[in-house]
Amino acid sequence: MIRVTSLLSILFEPGFFTSEPVRTAVVIGGGAAIVSGVVGVFTVIRGQSFAGHALADVSSAGGAASFLLGINPLLGFLIMGVIGASSMELVRVDRARERDLVTGVVLGAGLGLTALLLFLDVTSSSTTGAAVTVMFGSMFAIPVSIIPLAEGVGFGAVLMVALLYRPLLLSSVDPDLAAVRGVPVRLVGLLHLIVLALAVALSAITVGAILSTALLIGPAAIALQIAKRPGWAVLLAAEIGVAATWGGILVAYDSYSWTGGHGWPVSFCVVTLIFLAYLVAGWPGRGRARRTPRIDSRRVQRAA
Amino acid sequence: MINTWIVATIVAAVAGVVGFFVVIRGSAFAAHALPLGTFPGAAGASLLGLNPLFGLLVFSGLGVIGISQLGRRGRQEVATALTLVTLLGLGALFLSMSTEYSQATYALLFGEVLGVSSSDLTPVAAISAFSIVLTALLFRPLLLTSVSPELGEARGVPAARMELLFLTIVALATAMALPVVGTLLVFSLMVGPASAARALTDRPLGAMLLSAAISLVVVWLAIAFSFVSNWPIGFFVGSLSALAYGGGRVWRACSVRR
Repeated sequence: MIRVTSLLSILFEPGFFTSEPVRTAVVIGGGAAIVSGVVGVFTVIRGQSFAGHALADVSSAGGAASFLLGINPLLGFLIMGVIGASSMELVRVDRARERDLVTGVVLGAGLGLTALLLFLDVTSSSTTGAAVTVMFGSMFAIPVSIIPLAEGVGFGAVLMVALLYRPLLLSSVDPDLAAVRGVPVRLVGLLHLIVLALAVALSAITVGAILSTALLIGPAAIALQIAKRPGWAVLLAAEIGVAATWGGILVAYDSYSWTGGHGWPVSFCVVTLIFLAYLVAGWPGRGRARRTPRIDSRRVQRAA
Repeated sequence: MINTWIVATIVAAVAGVVGFFVVIRGSAFAAHALPLGTFPGAAGASLLGLNPLFGLLVFSGLGVIGISQLGRRGRQEVATALTLVTLLGLGALFLSMSTEYSQATYALLFGEVLGVSSSDLTPVAAISAFSIVLTALLFRPLLLTSVSPELGEARGVPAARMELLFLTIVALATAMALPVVGTLLVFSLMVGPASAARALTDRPLGAMLLSAAISLVVVWLAIAFSFVSNWPIGFFVGSLSALAYGGGRVWRACSVRR
Protein backbone atom coordinates (compact mmCIF):
# COMPACT_ATOMS: atom_id res chain seq x y z
CA MET A 1 0.00 0.00 0.00
CA ILE A 2 1.54 3.26 -1.09
CA ARG A 3 1.70 5.90 1.55
CA VAL A 4 0.32 9.28 0.61
CA THR A 5 3.55 11.04 1.55
CA SER A 6 5.69 8.92 -0.71
CA LEU A 7 3.19 9.34 -3.53
CA LEU A 8 3.33 13.10 -3.06
CA SER A 9 7.09 13.05 -3.03
CA ILE A 10 7.07 11.28 -6.38
CA LEU A 11 4.75 13.86 -7.90
CA PHE A 12 6.35 16.91 -6.41
CA GLU A 13 10.10 17.02 -6.68
CA PRO A 14 11.87 18.36 -3.60
CA GLY A 15 11.88 22.09 -3.28
CA PHE A 16 8.75 22.63 -5.37
CA PHE A 17 6.74 24.37 -2.68
CA THR A 18 9.57 26.46 -1.36
CA SER A 19 11.06 27.62 -4.65
CA GLU A 20 10.61 31.33 -5.26
CA PRO A 21 10.42 31.16 -9.06
CA VAL A 22 7.81 28.42 -8.78
CA ARG A 23 5.68 30.53 -6.48
CA THR A 24 5.85 33.49 -8.82
CA ALA A 25 5.01 31.26 -11.77
CA VAL A 26 2.05 29.74 -9.95
CA VAL A 27 0.64 33.12 -8.97
CA ILE A 28 1.20 34.94 -12.27
CA GLY A 29 0.54 31.94 -14.45
CA GLY A 30 -2.64 31.14 -12.58
CA GLY A 31 -3.81 34.73 -12.87
CA ALA A 32 -3.03 34.81 -16.58
CA ALA A 33 -4.90 31.54 -17.06
CA ILE A 34 -8.02 32.87 -15.32
CA VAL A 35 -8.06 36.12 -17.27
CA SER A 36 -7.34 34.38 -20.58
CA GLY A 37 -9.94 31.72 -19.97
CA VAL A 38 -12.65 34.23 -19.09
CA VAL A 39 -11.95 36.54 -22.02
CA GLY A 40 -11.25 33.64 -24.35
CA VAL A 41 -14.79 32.30 -24.14
CA PHE A 42 -16.08 35.47 -25.78
CA THR A 43 -13.22 35.51 -28.26
CA VAL A 44 -14.05 32.00 -29.43
CA ILE A 45 -17.79 32.68 -29.61
CA ARG A 46 -17.10 35.81 -31.65
CA GLY A 47 -14.81 33.85 -33.94
CA GLN A 48 -11.87 36.13 -33.26
CA SER A 49 -9.22 33.54 -32.47
CA PHE A 50 -6.96 35.01 -35.12
CA ALA A 51 -7.20 38.43 -33.51
CA GLY A 52 -6.31 36.88 -30.16
CA HIS A 53 -3.20 35.28 -31.60
CA ALA A 54 -2.33 38.34 -33.67
CA LEU A 55 -2.46 40.62 -30.62
CA ALA A 56 0.02 38.38 -28.83
CA ASP A 57 2.47 38.67 -31.71
CA VAL A 58 1.87 42.39 -32.13
CA SER A 59 2.39 43.12 -28.44
CA SER A 60 5.72 41.32 -28.64
CA ALA A 61 6.84 44.37 -30.57
CA GLY A 62 6.17 46.22 -27.35
CA GLY A 63 8.24 43.68 -25.49
CA ALA A 64 11.13 44.18 -27.89
CA ALA A 65 10.76 47.94 -27.56
CA SER A 66 10.86 47.71 -23.79
CA PHE A 67 14.27 46.07 -24.00
CA LEU A 68 15.48 49.05 -26.00
CA LEU A 69 13.84 51.69 -23.85
CA GLY A 70 14.54 49.96 -20.58
CA ILE A 71 10.95 50.10 -19.39
CA ASN A 72 8.90 47.44 -17.66
CA PRO A 73 8.24 44.76 -20.29
CA LEU A 74 4.64 44.32 -19.17
CA LEU A 75 4.00 48.00 -19.91
CA GLY A 76 5.55 47.60 -23.35
CA PHE A 77 3.33 44.62 -24.10
CA LEU A 78 0.20 46.41 -22.83
CA ILE A 79 0.72 49.60 -24.78
CA MET A 80 1.54 47.82 -28.01
CA GLY A 81 -1.40 45.47 -27.52
CA VAL A 82 -3.83 48.34 -27.14
CA ILE A 83 -2.38 50.06 -30.21
CA GLY A 84 -2.80 46.85 -32.16
CA ALA A 85 -6.36 46.32 -30.96
CA SER A 86 -7.32 49.87 -31.85
CA SER A 87 -5.83 49.56 -35.33
CA MET A 88 -7.75 46.37 -35.95
CA GLU A 89 -11.05 47.77 -34.81
CA LEU A 90 -10.86 51.24 -36.23
CA VAL A 91 -10.51 50.06 -39.83
CA ARG A 92 -14.07 49.69 -41.04
CA VAL A 93 -14.97 46.21 -42.18
CA ASP A 94 -18.03 45.21 -44.09
CA ARG A 95 -17.70 41.48 -44.06
CA ALA A 96 -16.37 38.96 -41.58
CA ARG A 97 -13.66 37.81 -43.99
CA GLU A 98 -12.41 41.34 -44.33
CA ARG A 99 -11.91 41.42 -40.57
CA ASP A 100 -9.43 38.56 -40.69
CA LEU A 101 -7.58 40.32 -43.50
CA VAL A 102 -7.26 43.49 -41.45
CA THR A 103 -6.02 41.37 -38.55
CA GLY A 104 -3.49 39.75 -40.87
CA VAL A 105 -2.26 43.06 -42.22
CA VAL A 106 -1.89 44.60 -38.75
CA LEU A 107 -0.14 41.44 -37.63
CA GLY A 108 2.27 41.62 -40.55
CA ALA A 109 3.09 45.23 -39.83
CA GLY A 110 3.48 44.52 -36.12
CA LEU A 111 5.78 41.57 -36.73
CA GLY A 112 7.82 43.63 -39.13
CA LEU A 113 8.21 46.17 -36.37
CA THR A 114 9.22 43.41 -33.95
CA ALA A 115 11.84 42.28 -36.45
CA LEU A 116 13.27 45.76 -36.57
CA LEU A 117 13.22 46.32 -32.82
CA LEU A 118 14.83 42.97 -32.07
CA PHE A 119 17.49 43.76 -34.66
CA LEU A 120 18.16 47.08 -32.96
CA ASP A 121 18.19 45.33 -29.58
CA VAL A 122 20.88 42.99 -30.73
CA THR A 123 23.04 45.60 -32.33
CA SER A 124 22.67 48.18 -29.62
CA SER A 125 22.96 46.16 -26.46
CA SER A 126 24.05 42.73 -27.58
CA THR A 127 21.24 40.92 -25.77
CA THR A 128 21.44 37.57 -27.42
CA GLY A 129 18.40 35.42 -27.04
CA ALA A 130 16.14 38.44 -27.04
CA ALA A 131 14.11 36.91 -29.85
CA VAL A 132 13.57 33.73 -27.88
CA THR A 133 12.77 35.48 -24.62
CA VAL A 134 10.23 37.82 -26.14
CA MET A 135 8.59 35.11 -28.19
CA PHE A 136 8.59 32.21 -25.81
CA GLY A 137 8.79 33.81 -22.40
CA SER A 138 10.23 32.13 -19.41
CA MET A 139 7.83 31.53 -16.58
CA PHE A 140 10.54 30.66 -14.14
CA ALA A 141 12.32 33.92 -14.75
CA ILE A 142 9.60 36.47 -14.04
CA PRO A 143 10.88 39.29 -11.84
CA VAL A 144 8.85 39.55 -8.65
CA SER A 145 8.48 43.29 -9.22
CA ILE A 146 6.00 42.63 -12.02
CA ILE A 147 3.45 40.98 -9.75
CA PRO A 148 1.57 44.05 -8.47
CA LEU A 149 1.07 45.54 -11.94
CA ALA A 150 0.16 42.18 -13.42
CA GLU A 151 -2.40 41.43 -10.77
CA GLY A 152 -3.87 44.89 -11.27
CA VAL A 153 -4.16 44.44 -15.01
CA GLY A 154 -5.68 40.99 -14.59
CA PHE A 155 -8.20 42.20 -12.08
CA GLY A 156 -9.10 45.14 -14.31
CA ALA A 157 -9.66 42.89 -17.29
CA VAL A 158 -11.93 40.49 -15.40
CA LEU A 159 -13.81 43.44 -13.93
CA MET A 160 -14.43 44.85 -17.39
CA VAL A 161 -15.77 41.51 -18.58
CA ALA A 162 -18.07 41.35 -15.57
CA LEU A 163 -19.38 44.85 -16.24
CA LEU A 164 -19.86 44.17 -19.92
CA TYR A 165 -21.16 40.65 -19.47
CA ARG A 166 -24.73 40.94 -20.76
CA PRO A 167 -24.17 43.21 -23.77
CA LEU A 168 -20.96 41.41 -24.64
CA LEU A 169 -22.58 38.01 -24.57
CA LEU A 170 -25.59 39.09 -26.58
CA SER A 171 -23.59 40.93 -29.22
CA SER A 172 -21.21 37.99 -29.50
CA VAL A 173 -23.86 35.35 -30.00
CA ASP A 174 -26.35 37.39 -32.01
CA PRO A 175 -25.10 40.80 -33.15
CA ASP A 176 -28.25 41.68 -35.08
CA LEU A 177 -30.50 41.02 -32.13
CA ALA A 178 -28.15 42.99 -29.92
CA ALA A 179 -28.27 45.96 -32.28
CA VAL A 180 -32.07 45.81 -32.31
CA ARG A 181 -32.05 45.83 -28.52
CA GLY A 182 -29.96 48.96 -28.45
CA VAL A 183 -26.59 47.46 -27.61
CA PRO A 184 -23.77 49.58 -29.09
CA VAL A 185 -22.31 46.63 -30.94
CA ARG A 186 -19.26 48.39 -32.35
CA LEU A 187 -18.32 49.94 -29.05
CA VAL A 188 -18.70 46.63 -27.27
CA GLY A 189 -16.54 45.06 -29.98
CA LEU A 190 -13.82 47.63 -29.42
CA LEU A 191 -13.96 47.15 -25.66
CA HIS A 192 -13.76 43.39 -26.07
CA LEU A 193 -10.70 43.78 -28.25
CA ILE A 194 -9.03 46.03 -25.68
CA VAL A 195 -9.78 43.63 -22.85
CA LEU A 196 -8.41 40.92 -25.11
CA ALA A 197 -5.24 42.95 -25.59
CA LEU A 198 -4.84 43.24 -21.81
CA ALA A 199 -5.41 39.53 -21.28
CA VAL A 200 -2.98 38.68 -24.05
CA ALA A 201 -0.26 41.03 -22.74
CA LEU A 202 -0.55 39.43 -19.33
CA SER A 203 -0.23 35.89 -20.59
CA ALA A 204 2.36 36.83 -23.20
CA ILE A 205 4.74 37.91 -20.49
CA THR A 206 4.37 34.60 -18.68
CA VAL A 207 4.17 31.87 -21.32
CA GLY A 208 5.41 34.06 -24.11
CA ALA A 209 3.81 36.01 -26.94
CA ILE A 210 3.34 33.15 -29.31
CA LEU A 211 2.09 30.67 -26.78
CA SER A 212 -0.37 32.91 -24.96
CA THR A 213 -2.85 31.93 -27.67
CA ALA A 214 -3.01 28.49 -26.12
CA LEU A 215 -4.34 29.80 -22.80
CA LEU A 216 -6.76 32.08 -24.58
CA ILE A 217 -8.30 29.66 -27.04
CA GLY A 218 -7.72 26.17 -25.65
CA PRO A 219 -9.55 26.18 -22.29
CA ALA A 220 -12.34 28.29 -23.78
CA ALA A 221 -12.83 25.93 -26.71
CA ILE A 222 -12.84 22.92 -24.39
CA ALA A 223 -15.31 24.61 -22.04
CA LEU A 224 -17.64 25.54 -24.88
CA GLN A 225 -17.69 21.93 -26.02
CA ILE A 226 -18.77 20.81 -22.55
CA ALA A 227 -20.86 23.54 -20.98
CA LYS A 228 -24.43 24.36 -21.90
CA ARG A 229 -24.73 27.74 -20.26
CA PRO A 230 -22.38 30.62 -21.03
CA GLY A 231 -21.79 31.33 -17.35
CA TRP A 232 -20.62 27.77 -16.78
CA ALA A 233 -18.38 27.97 -19.83
CA VAL A 234 -16.63 31.01 -18.42
CA LEU A 235 -16.01 29.38 -15.04
CA LEU A 236 -14.97 26.11 -16.63
CA ALA A 237 -12.56 27.82 -18.99
CA ALA A 238 -10.86 29.56 -16.09
CA GLU A 239 -10.59 26.29 -14.15
CA ILE A 240 -9.21 24.35 -17.09
CA GLY A 241 -6.70 27.09 -17.77
CA VAL A 242 -5.47 27.12 -14.18
CA ALA A 243 -5.29 23.33 -14.07
CA ALA A 244 -3.25 23.20 -17.28
CA THR A 245 -0.94 25.98 -16.11
CA TRP A 246 -0.26 24.56 -12.67
CA GLY A 247 0.04 21.08 -14.12
CA GLY A 248 2.50 22.37 -16.68
CA ILE A 249 4.56 24.13 -14.01
CA LEU A 250 4.69 20.93 -12.01
CA VAL A 251 5.76 18.81 -14.96
CA ALA A 252 8.36 21.38 -15.97
CA TYR A 253 9.79 21.52 -12.47
CA ASP A 254 9.86 17.76 -12.13
CA SER A 255 11.43 17.41 -15.54
CA TYR A 256 14.69 18.91 -14.26
CA SER A 257 15.37 15.61 -12.57
CA TRP A 258 14.83 13.38 -15.54
CA THR A 259 16.46 15.56 -18.19
CA GLY A 260 19.76 15.92 -16.44
CA GLY A 261 19.46 19.50 -15.30
CA HIS A 262 18.04 21.80 -17.95
CA GLY A 263 14.42 20.65 -17.87
CA TRP A 264 11.55 21.04 -20.25
CA PRO A 265 10.24 24.55 -20.85
CA VAL A 266 7.08 25.41 -18.95
CA SER A 267 5.40 26.69 -22.09
CA PHE A 268 5.84 23.33 -23.81
CA CYS A 269 4.35 21.48 -20.85
CA VAL A 270 1.33 23.77 -20.52
CA VAL A 271 0.55 23.79 -24.24
CA THR A 272 0.83 20.02 -24.52
CA LEU A 273 -1.58 19.57 -21.61
CA ILE A 274 -4.09 21.91 -23.21
CA PHE A 275 -3.82 20.18 -26.58
CA LEU A 276 -4.32 16.76 -25.02
CA ALA A 277 -7.29 18.03 -23.05
CA TYR A 278 -8.83 19.41 -26.25
CA LEU A 279 -8.41 16.08 -28.01
CA VAL A 280 -9.93 14.19 -25.11
CA ALA A 281 -12.83 16.62 -24.70
CA GLY A 282 -13.68 16.41 -28.36
CA TRP A 283 -13.37 12.66 -28.57
CA PRO A 284 -17.01 11.73 -27.98
CA GLY A 285 -17.93 14.08 -30.78
CA ARG A 286 -16.01 12.18 -33.44
CA GLY A 287 -17.94 11.79 -36.64
CA ARG A 288 -20.32 14.48 -35.60
CA ALA A 289 -18.98 17.80 -36.74
CA ARG A 290 -20.07 20.32 -34.19
CA ARG A 291 -19.32 23.65 -35.74
CA THR A 292 -21.57 25.79 -33.60
CA PRO A 293 -21.07 26.08 -29.87
CA ARG A 294 -23.68 24.70 -27.54
CA ILE A 295 -24.65 28.20 -26.57
CA ASP A 296 -27.39 29.45 -28.84
CA SER A 297 -29.07 32.79 -29.01
CA ARG A 298 -32.37 31.70 -27.52
CA ARG A 299 -30.69 30.67 -24.30
CA VAL A 300 -28.82 33.92 -24.21
CA GLN A 301 -31.97 35.92 -24.91
CA ARG A 302 -33.66 34.40 -21.91
CA ALA A 303 -30.69 35.33 -19.79
CA ALA A 304 -30.32 38.84 -21.14
CA MET B 1 23.07 38.29 -53.95
CA ILE B 2 21.72 37.40 -57.36
CA ASN B 3 20.41 34.18 -55.83
CA THR B 4 18.33 36.18 -53.41
CA TRP B 5 16.75 38.16 -56.22
CA ILE B 6 15.92 35.02 -58.18
CA VAL B 7 14.46 33.15 -55.23
CA ALA B 8 12.57 36.20 -54.05
CA THR B 9 11.05 36.68 -57.49
CA ILE B 10 9.87 33.09 -57.62
CA VAL B 11 8.61 33.22 -54.05
CA ALA B 12 6.74 36.46 -54.57
CA ALA B 13 5.06 35.23 -57.72
CA VAL B 14 3.81 32.10 -55.99
CA ALA B 15 2.77 34.04 -52.92
CA GLY B 16 0.76 36.41 -55.06
CA VAL B 17 -0.98 33.59 -56.91
CA VAL B 18 -1.76 31.56 -53.81
CA GLY B 19 -2.54 34.71 -51.87
CA PHE B 20 -5.45 35.45 -54.16
CA PHE B 21 -7.17 32.33 -52.88
CA VAL B 22 -6.09 33.00 -49.32
CA VAL B 23 -7.89 36.32 -49.49
CA ILE B 24 -11.12 35.12 -51.08
CA ARG B 25 -11.28 32.08 -48.81
CA GLY B 26 -10.59 34.14 -45.73
CA SER B 27 -7.71 31.87 -44.75
CA ALA B 28 -5.36 34.53 -43.46
CA PHE B 29 -4.94 32.71 -40.16
CA ALA B 30 -3.98 29.44 -41.83
CA ALA B 31 -1.57 31.32 -44.09
CA HIS B 32 0.09 32.69 -40.96
CA ALA B 33 -0.07 29.53 -38.90
CA LEU B 34 1.29 27.08 -41.47
CA PRO B 35 4.68 28.68 -42.06
CA LEU B 36 5.07 29.64 -38.42
CA GLY B 37 4.36 26.05 -37.41
CA THR B 38 7.22 24.83 -39.59
CA PHE B 39 9.77 26.75 -37.54
CA PRO B 40 10.11 24.01 -34.90
CA GLY B 41 10.74 21.55 -37.71
CA ALA B 42 13.93 23.27 -38.69
CA ALA B 43 15.07 23.39 -35.06
CA GLY B 44 14.22 19.75 -34.52
CA ALA B 45 15.94 18.66 -37.71
CA SER B 46 19.18 20.36 -36.85
CA LEU B 47 19.04 18.82 -33.38
CA LEU B 48 18.97 15.44 -35.06
CA GLY B 49 21.62 16.48 -37.54
CA LEU B 50 19.24 16.34 -40.50
CA ASN B 51 18.70 18.83 -43.28
CA PRO B 52 16.47 21.61 -41.87
CA LEU B 53 14.40 21.61 -45.06
CA PHE B 54 13.30 18.09 -44.23
CA GLY B 55 12.14 19.20 -40.80
CA LEU B 56 10.32 22.15 -42.35
CA LEU B 57 8.40 19.91 -44.71
CA VAL B 58 7.49 17.42 -41.98
CA PHE B 59 6.13 20.09 -39.67
CA SER B 60 4.43 21.73 -42.61
CA GLY B 61 2.62 18.45 -43.20
CA LEU B 62 1.76 18.17 -39.52
CA GLY B 63 0.28 21.64 -39.69
CA VAL B 64 -1.89 20.78 -42.69
CA ILE B 65 -3.09 17.58 -41.03
CA GLY B 66 -3.74 19.32 -37.72
CA ILE B 67 -5.71 22.18 -39.19
CA SER B 68 -7.82 20.06 -41.51
CA GLN B 69 -8.49 17.19 -39.11
CA LEU B 70 -9.19 19.24 -36.01
CA GLY B 71 -11.14 21.65 -38.17
CA ARG B 72 -13.63 18.92 -38.97
CA ARG B 73 -14.57 18.47 -35.35
CA GLY B 74 -14.93 22.06 -34.34
CA ARG B 75 -14.37 25.61 -35.41
CA GLN B 76 -11.81 26.02 -38.14
CA GLU B 77 -9.98 28.85 -36.47
CA VAL B 78 -9.82 27.13 -33.09
CA ALA B 79 -8.23 24.19 -34.90
CA THR B 80 -5.74 26.51 -36.57
CA ALA B 81 -4.87 28.19 -33.27
CA LEU B 82 -4.39 24.96 -31.33
CA THR B 83 -2.40 23.26 -34.10
CA LEU B 84 -0.15 26.29 -34.25
CA VAL B 85 0.51 26.52 -30.54
CA THR B 86 1.14 22.80 -30.17
CA LEU B 87 3.75 22.89 -32.92
CA LEU B 88 5.29 25.98 -31.38
CA GLY B 89 5.34 24.29 -27.99
CA LEU B 90 7.47 21.60 -29.58
CA GLY B 91 9.59 24.42 -30.94
CA ALA B 92 10.14 25.72 -27.43
CA LEU B 93 11.19 22.23 -26.38
CA PHE B 94 13.69 21.84 -29.23
CA LEU B 95 15.11 25.30 -28.61
CA SER B 96 15.69 24.46 -24.97
CA MET B 97 17.69 21.43 -25.98
CA SER B 98 20.19 23.28 -28.13
CA THR B 99 22.32 25.95 -26.59
CA GLU B 100 23.34 28.19 -29.46
CA TYR B 101 20.40 28.79 -31.70
CA SER B 102 19.51 32.41 -31.15
CA GLN B 103 20.98 33.87 -34.29
CA ALA B 104 19.59 31.09 -36.43
CA THR B 105 16.21 31.54 -34.73
CA TYR B 106 16.13 35.18 -35.68
CA ALA B 107 16.97 34.45 -39.31
CA LEU B 108 14.39 31.69 -39.49
CA LEU B 109 11.65 33.83 -37.99
CA PHE B 110 12.32 37.09 -39.78
CA GLY B 111 14.30 36.14 -42.86
CA GLU B 112 17.70 37.05 -44.10
CA VAL B 113 18.48 38.73 -47.33
CA LEU B 114 21.77 36.99 -47.88
CA GLY B 115 20.67 33.61 -46.61
CA VAL B 116 20.12 31.97 -49.97
CA SER B 117 22.73 29.76 -51.60
CA SER B 118 22.73 28.55 -55.18
CA SER B 119 21.98 25.00 -54.06
CA ASP B 120 18.65 26.27 -52.76
CA LEU B 121 17.57 27.40 -56.21
CA THR B 122 16.59 24.06 -57.69
CA PRO B 123 14.33 22.82 -54.89
CA VAL B 124 12.70 26.24 -54.60
CA ALA B 125 12.07 26.44 -58.33
CA ALA B 126 10.75 22.89 -58.41
CA ILE B 127 8.35 23.28 -55.50
CA SER B 128 7.19 26.66 -56.83
CA ALA B 129 6.49 25.25 -60.27
CA PHE B 130 4.59 22.41 -58.65
CA SER B 131 2.52 24.82 -56.56
CA ILE B 132 1.64 26.96 -59.55
CA VAL B 133 0.74 23.97 -61.72
CA LEU B 134 -1.44 22.59 -58.94
CA THR B 135 -3.16 25.94 -58.51
CA ALA B 136 -3.72 26.24 -62.25
CA LEU B 137 -5.21 22.75 -62.45
CA LEU B 138 -7.48 23.38 -59.48
CA PHE B 139 -8.36 26.94 -60.44
CA ARG B 140 -11.99 26.36 -61.34
CA PRO B 141 -13.03 24.02 -58.51
CA LEU B 142 -11.03 26.04 -56.01
CA LEU B 143 -12.69 29.24 -57.11
CA LEU B 144 -16.09 27.59 -56.99
CA THR B 145 -15.72 26.20 -53.48
CA SER B 146 -14.23 29.47 -52.26
CA VAL B 147 -17.13 31.56 -53.45
CA SER B 148 -19.92 29.11 -52.80
CA PRO B 149 -19.21 25.82 -51.01
CA GLU B 150 -22.80 24.66 -51.30
CA LEU B 151 -22.82 25.09 -55.05
CA GLY B 152 -19.53 23.26 -55.16
CA GLU B 153 -20.97 20.31 -53.26
CA ALA B 154 -23.97 20.29 -55.59
CA ARG B 155 -21.62 20.12 -58.54
CA GLY B 156 -19.71 17.23 -57.06
CA VAL B 157 -16.69 19.11 -55.74
CA PRO B 158 -16.21 18.14 -52.09
CA ALA B 159 -15.38 21.18 -50.01
CA ALA B 160 -13.36 19.25 -47.45
CA ARG B 161 -11.00 17.83 -50.04
CA MET B 162 -10.56 21.21 -51.68
CA GLU B 163 -9.70 22.65 -48.29
CA LEU B 164 -7.08 19.99 -47.74
CA LEU B 165 -5.56 20.56 -51.18
CA PHE B 166 -5.63 24.30 -50.68
CA LEU B 167 -3.87 24.04 -47.32
CA THR B 168 -1.24 21.83 -48.93
CA ILE B 169 -0.64 24.42 -51.64
CA VAL B 170 -0.29 27.13 -49.01
CA ALA B 171 2.09 24.95 -47.00
CA LEU B 172 4.30 24.34 -50.03
CA ALA B 173 4.24 27.95 -51.13
CA THR B 174 5.18 29.24 -47.72
CA ALA B 175 7.81 26.61 -46.99
CA MET B 176 9.91 27.86 -49.85
CA ALA B 177 9.72 31.49 -48.92
CA LEU B 178 11.21 30.89 -45.51
CA PRO B 179 14.91 31.35 -46.23
CA VAL B 180 14.38 34.84 -47.62
CA VAL B 181 11.37 36.22 -45.84
CA GLY B 182 11.18 34.17 -42.67
CA THR B 183 8.32 32.23 -41.15
CA LEU B 184 6.69 35.19 -39.52
CA LEU B 185 6.34 37.33 -42.58
CA VAL B 186 5.79 35.11 -45.56
CA PHE B 187 2.08 35.31 -44.98
CA SER B 188 2.24 39.09 -45.35
CA LEU B 189 3.10 38.57 -48.98
CA MET B 190 -0.04 36.54 -49.36
CA VAL B 191 -2.42 38.90 -47.65
CA GLY B 192 -1.45 42.48 -48.44
CA PRO B 193 -0.79 42.39 -52.19
CA ALA B 194 -3.71 40.04 -52.87
CA SER B 195 -6.11 42.29 -50.94
CA ALA B 196 -4.90 45.26 -52.93
CA ALA B 197 -5.37 43.35 -56.18
CA ARG B 198 -8.90 42.38 -55.18
CA ALA B 199 -9.71 45.99 -54.49
CA LEU B 200 -8.50 46.99 -57.93
CA THR B 201 -10.27 44.39 -60.03
CA ASP B 202 -13.15 41.95 -59.75
CA ARG B 203 -12.02 39.51 -62.40
CA PRO B 204 -10.53 36.40 -60.76
CA LEU B 205 -7.71 35.75 -63.22
CA GLY B 206 -6.85 39.41 -63.42
CA ALA B 207 -6.79 39.74 -59.66
CA MET B 208 -4.53 36.72 -59.34
CA LEU B 209 -1.99 38.06 -61.83
CA LEU B 210 -2.15 41.54 -60.37
CA SER B 211 -1.62 40.06 -56.92
CA ALA B 212 1.56 38.34 -58.15
CA ALA B 213 2.74 41.59 -59.69
CA ILE B 214 2.19 43.64 -56.54
CA SER B 215 3.84 40.92 -54.50
CA LEU B 216 6.90 41.10 -56.77
CA VAL B 217 7.14 44.84 -56.33
CA VAL B 218 6.86 44.49 -52.55
CA VAL B 219 9.61 41.91 -52.35
CA TRP B 220 11.99 43.73 -54.68
CA LEU B 221 11.60 46.94 -52.75
CA ALA B 222 12.02 45.07 -49.48
CA ILE B 223 15.27 43.47 -50.63
CA ALA B 224 16.58 46.76 -51.89
CA PHE B 225 15.73 48.67 -48.73
CA SER B 226 17.05 45.88 -46.54
CA PHE B 227 20.31 45.71 -48.41
CA VAL B 228 20.83 49.44 -48.22
CA SER B 229 19.80 50.00 -44.61
CA ASN B 230 20.87 46.66 -43.18
CA TRP B 231 17.55 46.49 -41.43
CA PRO B 232 15.77 43.11 -41.51
CA ILE B 233 13.89 42.33 -44.70
CA GLY B 234 10.85 41.21 -42.71
CA PHE B 235 10.29 44.75 -41.51
CA PHE B 236 9.97 46.04 -45.05
CA VAL B 237 7.81 43.16 -46.18
CA GLY B 238 5.39 43.74 -43.32
CA SER B 239 5.21 47.49 -43.78
CA LEU B 240 5.00 47.47 -47.57
CA SER B 241 2.29 44.80 -47.52
CA ALA B 242 0.32 46.93 -45.08
CA LEU B 243 0.78 49.91 -47.37
CA ALA B 244 -0.41 47.85 -50.32
CA TYR B 245 -3.50 46.85 -48.38
CA GLY B 246 -4.10 50.44 -47.33
CA GLY B 247 -3.68 51.61 -50.90
CA GLY B 248 -6.27 49.12 -52.05
CA ARG B 249 -8.75 50.29 -49.42
CA VAL B 250 -8.24 53.92 -50.33
CA TRP B 251 -8.71 53.13 -54.02
CA ARG B 252 -11.90 51.26 -53.27
CA ALA B 253 -13.25 54.08 -51.15
CA CYS B 254 -12.46 56.62 -53.85
CA SER B 255 -13.95 54.61 -56.69
CA VAL B 256 -17.15 54.03 -54.74
CA ARG B 257 -17.55 57.72 -54.25
CA ARG B 258 -17.18 58.52 -57.91
